[in-house]
Amino acid sequence: MRRYFFKKVVTYLVTFFVATTIDWGIPHLMPGNPVEIYLGRFNISSNAQYLALQKTISQAFGVNVPLWKQYLDFWSGVLHWNFGISFYATAPVTHIIAQAVPYTLALLIPAIVLSYVLGNRIGAMAARRKVLDNVVLPIGYLFQAAPFAWLALALSYFLAVRLRWFPPSLGSNPGIGAGWNWAFIWSAIRHWFLPFLSVFLVSFGGWAIGMRNLVIYELETDYARYLRSLGASQRLVRRYAYRNAVLPQLSGLALALGVVVGGNIVTEVVFQYPGLGHLIFLAITNEDFFLLQGIFLFIIIGVLLANFVIDIAYVLIDPRTRLSMTGATA
Amino acid sequence: MVIRKTKSVARLGAALTAAALAAPLLGAVGSSAASASRIPSTTNYPRSETLYTSGTAYSQPTNFNPNDPGALYTGTMGLLYEPLFLYDPIHGGYKPWLATSGKWQGNTYVMQIRNGVSWVASPTQNVVGTLTGNDVAFSIKLAMTNPTDPWNSNVASVASVSASGQTVTVTFKGTPAYTEWQDYLWHAPVLPAAQWGALSSTDQISGANMTPVSTGPMTLDSTSSTQACFQTNPHWWGAQLGLSFHFKYLCDVVNGSNNVELANLTTGQLDWSNNFLPGISVLVNGLGGNSAYGIKTYYPKAPYMLSANTAWLEMNTTKAPMNNVNFRRAVAAAINPQSIVSGVYTNIVKAANPTGLLPNLDKYINKNVVKKYGFSYNPGLAKKYLKASGYKGQKLTLEVPNGWTDWEAAIQNISNQLNAVGIHVTPTYPQYSVRESDLINGTYDMAIDNNAGPDSTPWSYFQRVYNLPILAKQGATLNWERYTDPKAWALVQEAGRTPLSNGAKLDSIYSQLETQFLQALPQIPLWYNGAWFQAQSTVWAGYPSALNKNDQYTPVMWGGWLGNMTTVYALAQIQRA
Repeated sequence: MRRYFFKKVVTYLVTFFVATTIDWGIPHLMPGNPVEIYLGRFNISSNAQYLALQKTISQAFGVNVPLWKQYLDFWSGVLHWNFGISFYATAPVTHIIAQAVPYTLALLIPAIVLSYVLGNRIGAMAARRKVLDNVVLPIGYLFQAAPFAWLALALSYFLAVRLRWFPPSLGSNPGIGAGWNWAFIWSAIRHWFLPFLSVFLVSFGGWAIGMRNLVIYELETDYARYLRSLGASQRLVRRYAYRNAVLPQLSGLALALGVVVGGNIVTEVVFQYPGLGHLIFLAITNEDFFLLQGIFLFIIIGVLLANFVIDIAYVLIDPRTRLSMTGATA
Repeated sequence: MVIRKTKSVARLGAALTAAALAAPLLGAVGSSAASASRIPSTTNYPRSETLYTSGTAYSQPTNFNPNDPGALYTGTMGLLYEPLFLYDPIHGGYKPWLATSGKWQGNTYVMQIRNGVSWVASPTQNVVGTLTGNDVAFSIKLAMTNPTDPWNSNVASVASVSASGQTVTVTFKGTPAYTEWQDYLWHAPVLPAAQWGALSSTDQISGANMTPVSTGPMTLDSTSSTQACFQTNPHWWGAQLGLSFHFKYLCDVVNGSNNVELANLTTGQLDWSNNFLPGISVLVNGLGGNSAYGIKTYYPKAPYMLSANTAWLEMNTTKAPMNNVNFRRAVAAAINPQSIVSGVYTNIVKAANPTGLLPNLDKYINKNVVKKYGFSYNPGLAKKYLKASGYKGQKLTLEVPNGWTDWEAAIQNISNQLNAVGIHVTPTYPQYSVRESDLINGTYDMAIDNNAGPDSTPWSYFQRVYNLPILAKQGATLNWERYTDPKAWALVQEAGRTPLSNGAKLDSIYSQLETQFLQALPQIPLWYNGAWFQAQSTVWAGYPSALNKNDQYTPVMWGGWLGNMTTVYALAQIQRA
């Protein structure tokens, strides 16, 4: 067991190093130069002034040094939890990410978890009730196949612009300052609902279809037939089937939760929801590689942690994993 | 045992569900601590007392330094800091603002600074000082001595500045650069000498300045990741001109995409939008007139918007065939700007005058010159010019930044028209940064650009066309077509050193420049981009409008407009609907 964890930890550390290096490198491969974009916002009317500003700005952002030095500075920043200053927002990257994280978590964790729980339940029910199956399957496929952007726009158009039940964009009402008061909380929930619904519907379809297929598969396996032939109740057979079917779904859930920190770009952009997905979009369009590096690092850590947790969870949930560690075969 | 474990999975599901339901509350409220970089003095802004604006800011408010145009947030200039004069592009002329008068006396310029102007601290609204000539002298000296100051080149010909009470005397070296000085007067902020003098030289230019001390009509009240809110300044001097704001708060919201802004405007979350909203004329006009969604524009019908800048077709004149004047003439005659105006813009913009000078500079346009040398859509003539140019059928590209949908549609249109006369042009849509780099480094064939913004004289327009020398990297937004005409550049410099009062001489110089421009076509002006403005009239009324003589003010919050033209007058006209 200890060797298993040691091996896992080393693997994760190496992965972290490689992924973080790639995280640093990829934004530098983007064509164009962020300092030039930044200076494009000034309406500079003399070349001498341009050169003076270029020098000052490059220095201020630490991009006036050779690449290898920038790479070392980046690692030093990672270890000190300092990812530099965002070109686009001219504020510390950690500060900007900290503002966006709560919105993204508030949006995606409920959407993913609720869709997971309900999707699995209804998918499993559909697997054994023909009438339900005929309803759930097409609806599930419809939602799962619907592009996020289209569904989000449709929801926004009907529920926000036509019916005016919900606000069309932003994380809260612009006139209400964020704080522990009911006006803000109520406004945040109203603004949260449409982005939540669009992510929920799409994910729900996926989980439901997946679970339905898995349960049908499990009900047809030899162990299920054997149980039935022994005269086990239908209820007991279904419980076994559900338990086996839920394993791949759980891995999917862990991965989905791991990338939660990346936000949902399309939904957040459509609803102008101030989370990390929206921030990634802004960082890319503005070639803000400090911001991009910071967010990607969050995603790397999120995915690695989620994988680590699922590794442990498998040991607890699936006895076969435990057995294989002690050398036995299932 | 097996069944017990199944239950534990179910329990896990129940726990997750509960956590999921609680998360939005915790998450959203948790954000409050992180997002409020300053504690707002008012948590909630009553809708009936707040004007919501949008269309200027593309990133969250993190800077209110009027010397940092690369980072400052909407309102820094105009609501907080103010210039000495304003420029009125609709009626022409300058309006006294923090200066009550300014006169040339030979090589010196003498200004009287307004009495009774207070320096007010944000967000407390405490009066911390009074504006004197010393503040003005300090601001001019800062521009002279710091090469990164955005107005450094405007004051290049200033020798010295002195202040005595409310009188400021500016002495120039040799012939003053009259035009650039005039631009300084209505562009540059007057800074508080006491507070600004205590800052480091870096902070004077690029410090965040989150607790501004300013003279303007509002003070900064709060910021969040999506907006900045200002509160009206009870100590503002505007009463001297009969000006005051009828809203108590103004919140400027960070821009979203077009569809988001349109939804915000139609649902009344937003009052004043300076976003480009494609097809807005359809909403204003087609769906039962202005009442359909309560949306108002400056003109009730075409062109709906005032003109803001000139979109021109920029050619890299150092490359063949663009270095051939007949080729450029062929391009100019092959394009029909009217088809872009109606097809791409649904008539919310106007086709440009062949000189490209904006409508507010009409008095400088020599109509005879335009009649004699101006170009117009004529495909037959284009083919003749093309033949004379000896064009060998080179394949060329025409680029605009990716995602600028109106320009993307425009260059598809233009490419079709150019191909129709036999010029092989392919539209391309590189990322903004790539295209910026192409223009700066001269690694492009043709591009659409609008780098000449509004000004009170044609000077900066022609400076952008003819500026010399040409560097390997043309960092400043000057002469990106890389056109060399030393004679024209000498004329531009001469115009800059001619007093604005010498109208006859200026007219003569600008006529010569217009002639040169139309004969050689270093740029091909196509249409005027609009000063996009649409307002929602459910909460507020009295928006700028061409229909009402008392409301003819610039309806734009953009940099270079809000604090420099007549937008503050427009804001003072707004009343409860």
